[in-house]
Formats: sequence, structure tokens, C-alpha cells
Amino acid sequence: MVDGKQQWKGWVYLLPALILLAIFTFWPIVNTIYMAFANGYSSLGNAGGDAVYEFGIENFKKVIQYKNFLNCLKNTCLLCVITVPVSTLLALLISVALNSIKFLNRTLQTIYFLPYVTNSIAIGMVFAMMFNIVGTYNNPITVGIVNNLIEALGGTAVNWINAGSSYWANMAVMIIYIVWNALPFKILILLGGLQSINKQYYDAAKIDGASRSTILWRITVPLLSPMIAYVVITGFIGGFKEYTSIVGVFGDNMGPAGAKGRLNTIVGFIYDQLSNDWYGRASAAALILFLIIFAVTMVNMYVSKKRVHY
Amino acid sequence: MENELKVEKVQPSKEELDVKRTKQIQKVVKIVVTTFTYVFLVLVAISVLFPFYWMLNSSLKSLAEYKWTKPSFFPHTVIWANYASAYTTANLGDLFIHTLYVGLLSTLLSLVITVLSAFAFARLEFKGKNAMFALLLATMMIPGELFTITNYATVYRFGWQNTFAALILPFLVSVFYIYLLRQNFLQIPNELYLAAKVDGTSDFKYLLKVMIPLALPTLISITILKMMGAWNSYIWPRLVANDDAHQMITNGLRSAFTTTDGQTDIPVQMAAVAIVSAPLFLVFLFLRKYIMKGVSRSGIKG
Repeated sequence: MVDGKQQWKGWVYLLPALILLAIFTFWPIVNTIYMAFANGYSSLGNAGGDAVYEFGIENFKKVIQYKNFLNCLKNTCLLCVITVPVSTLLALLISVALNSIKFLNRTLQTIYFLPYVTNSIAIGMVFAMMFNIVGTYNNPITVGIVNNLIEALGGTAVNWINAGSSYWANMAVMIIYIVWNALPFKILILLGGLQSINKQYYDAAKIDGASRSTILWRITVPLLSPMIAYVVITGFIGGFKEYTSIVGVFGDNMGPAGAKGRLNTIVGFIYDQLSNDWYGRASAAALILFLIIFAVTMVNMYVSKKRVHY
Repeated sequence: MENELKVEKVQPSKEELDVKRTKQIQKVVKIVVTTFTYVFLVLVAISVLFPFYWMLNSSLKSLAEYKWTKPSFFPHTVIWANYASAYTTANLGDLFIHTLYVGLLSTLLSLVITVLSAFAFARLEFKGKNAMFALLLATMMIPGELFTITNYATVYRFGWQNTFAALILPFLVSVFYIYLLRQNFLQIPNELYLAAKVDGTSDFKYLLKVMIPLALPTLISITILKMMGAWNSYIWPRLVANDDAHQMITNGLRSAFTTTDGQTDIPVQMAAVAIVSAPLFLVFLFLRKYIMKGVSRSGIKG
């Protein structure tokens, strides 16, 4: 089948994709690595003409020495470490519950998927509104619906996102929003997995008189483990790239009024460096992000190889 | 339960009574568990829906009513004018046209490129095919931010800042969609291809008349996800094309209402958010099947 004409044909079909990939995918990989290791590389330095760069790890050093970067790293890691397990566990409970009922099953499934088809900036603004205090915390006009609920349950209003709010109040809002946003995808995958589990396992367990929790942890979870591993891995990858959801709630300031950049993340840091013309530092930070994601994915794969039952 | 032993005795023995009691207990447990399950599921559904409800509720209030100390769960007086002023404040009409233009053009071009590449990888034989495919798959592991930095520089070098080309071209090729479609093409039996060859059908005609119709569901999924991607894109447009003539809808929405300190007209802001969210919901309502299918296989947003 392989003749001269076929050879030529295959590459013609691939040509449009390859041209674009060469410019916007392959070249960026090479160039970003180059910029990351070219000491002090910046677009301003280039503007004058042929700037000559020494190669080294100065950009990486500069990035790591930034207090700002460490703050971004901390925020990103905290959000990941909290939201991924919480959303996975919640999604697991919801899927198992949903899979056990017939009445309203379709309707609930549709409702749970709704947050997926939303614009994370737009709905971030809705969450901001729900937590927002009109007026000031000490002299509020209205404290927002979430605080209204807290007060109705006998608590006191919390300053969630306004000027003078605490770091953990801000984080709590972000965690709630990110989990809310992450659930649909996880439920979809886990529910798909549950529906493909052979019913015989459950019949056998029933005959043996296994309790519900035994069935959940000894049968459902192990048989579902490939899907759980999948949502955890994609959850971490997405989590380390967290950015737009924070812009949605807090705006480009990445923090409440008076604490600009407090909730910034690694991706946000990269864009900050980029808009300040520090291409070298932005590239170094992007490579660090890539290494973190790569390492975390490897660890996840290693753990799942030991724990996942296929 | 269904499988308990039948004890055949004339007099009800102790065991029989035990079985009866266990049966009753199990019935009660089952009712309790089912009730608990429904309560849990309905509570989750309420928390999922609440932000949407509160968005609509707030979008129809006057600013004065929004500021009531005790919030009203339905607008006391419905202010439809909020939607009109949201439309003009955020200039949503222009934003909508820009976004639609970018979305449609990039979807169309992307589909053509994806189909051609997937066909080459699935059906044609040429040297270096497998190596090329592996190379493409390897790029999927790299986070997009790594490309963005150089692409930003490239767009400026080409003089493409504030053009639609800058918004469309860099993301036209999705390795993942090529992979997805190739898998789909591979499922089409080889015999069909050979039969077409015998009949003297050209490769291109075969692709057009046989493969594309058979892979239509995947192509629809790709179309929807790509359109949603354009609708939700924020970071890249902000970097390269954020002027009035090219601004995308999400960027316009965010920058039209930036303060979080309570100075914004929140009902109008929420009306704008509702307008921006509406098309996504409509698409979801009518094309749910394709979206969920596409998402469960891709695991990516847009």
C-alpha cells in the first residue's frame, strides 16, 4: 500500500496542522526554554537591537527569591490540596447516592451538571455578590445572602471578601466556588464508572450479608478506582493552573480591596511577569509550573498503580 | 431479602419469627436510607442551583431593593430595565458579535484541520506517521501557559496585536481533538475503505462521503466545546486583543464591572451576567447529550 504517492499525500493532509503547530506549539517550547535560561531576558532588552544574553539559572533564582512568588505558590498548593480531595469525596458520595435511586435520577443528573456549562468569570461575579457586604463591615447596609443565612442560623456575619477581610475568609470563598465548579465533571465521570460496574458483585455481597458501608468501601470504591484516579489527576492538573475563578470573584486585583495580589496564583504570577516585560522570569515560572504538574502527576500515577484495581 | 431460605414447618418456629423480624427491620432501614439519600441529593441540588436563582433574583431588583437589610426572595417590583442598561453599560451587543465571529471562524477552521489530520493519522500510510503522532501527543502534557509567553511575543512580532487573527490562529490546532477524531475514524471498518478503493473512490471523496457522516457525533461535540471555549476565553484575549473593536464577551463583562467594594450597581451587573450565561444554558438544554459525551471523553473545559 505504501507507494510514493501515498507518502506525499499523508503529509499534505497534515500540512495545515503542522504549520500552525510549528509556529504556536513547537517553537514556543524551544523558545520558552531558551528565554528561561537566558539571564535577565526581557522584551525591553531586545527592543534596542541584538541583546546578548549569558546562559544560567538567574531567572529561576529571581523567581524563587520573590516573596510574591512564594505567596502564589502557597495559594496554589493550598487550593489544590483542599479542593481536590473535598470535591472528589463529595462527588463520590453524590454519584453513589444518585446511582442508588431511580425517581428524579435524570433531573438531578442534569442539575448537577449545570455548573459545568458556565462562564467561570461570570459565575465568579455571582459568588462575589453572594458574599459581598454593601457598605462596610462595621457599618453594613446589607451583608449579603450568605451572611443573611449565617445570621438566620444564629451566627454573626463574616467579612468574606471586602476590605479588611481575613486571608482565610477569602480562601473559604474560593474553596467553595472551586468545589462548586469542580463537581459536575467529577460526578459525570464517577457516575459513568458506577453504571459500568457489574451488578453481580453487589448481589454476591448481599448474600454474604455485607453492610452498606462495607459495600461502598470494599466493592464500589476499588472497582471505581481507575475513575477516581482519573478525576484526582485531572483535578490536580487543573488546580495548579487555577486563575480565572479568582479573577471572577476578586477581579484583576487578585485580592480584596487593600490587599492586592493576596490570592494570586502561579499562573497569575506568570502573567504579571509577562505584562512587566520580564519574559525570562515568566518562562522560568512556567517551567517551574510544568515541573510541579509533571511531578504531581507522576506521584499520582505511582500511587494509583499501587492502589488502583483494573 | 430475596434469597432467604424457606423453612417448611407447620408451626412457626423461632427461626421463622426471626426471619420475619429481620425482614421488617431491613424494610425500615431501607426507607430511612432512601429518605436520607433523597434529602442529601435535594440539598446538593439546591446548593448547585442557588447561585443561579440568586443571580436572576438580584438582576430583577432595583438597587434600593437589593440593599434591603432583609433580602427579598422574589423581586418586590420587577425592574426589566436592568437588562437594557446592562446591555448598554457593558456594550454587550458588540462583544457578542466579536465573540460569535471568533467562535464560528475558529470552529470552522479547526474542524477542517482536525478532520484532515485525523484522516491522515487514521487511514493513510506514510513514513514517520507514528513518530509524528507520538510527538503530538507528548505536547498535550505541557501546560498552556508555557506556550502563551512565546505566542504573546510572536503575535507582537507579527504585528497582530488587536486583530482577530491573534485571537483565532494560535489555538486552531487541538492535538486532543485530532486524537479523539482519529480514534473515532479507526473504528470505521477497514473493509469499507478497501471496497471504496476497489470502486475507484478517491481518498478525499471517501473522507467526505463516508468518514465524516459516521463521525458526526464527535464533530458536533468538538464544535460545541470549541464554541464554549470562545465564549469563556479570558486570559489570552486580555493579553493580545482587548480594544473596543475586538474585545471578547468575558473580558468585556469583567472590565465593565470591576469594583468589589459595593460601589457597582449590582442588579445591573447581575443582569449582564445572566445575559452572558443564557446562551450557554440554551446550548446545554438542547445539546446536553453531545456536551456530556464530549466532556466525559475530554476532561477539559473549552
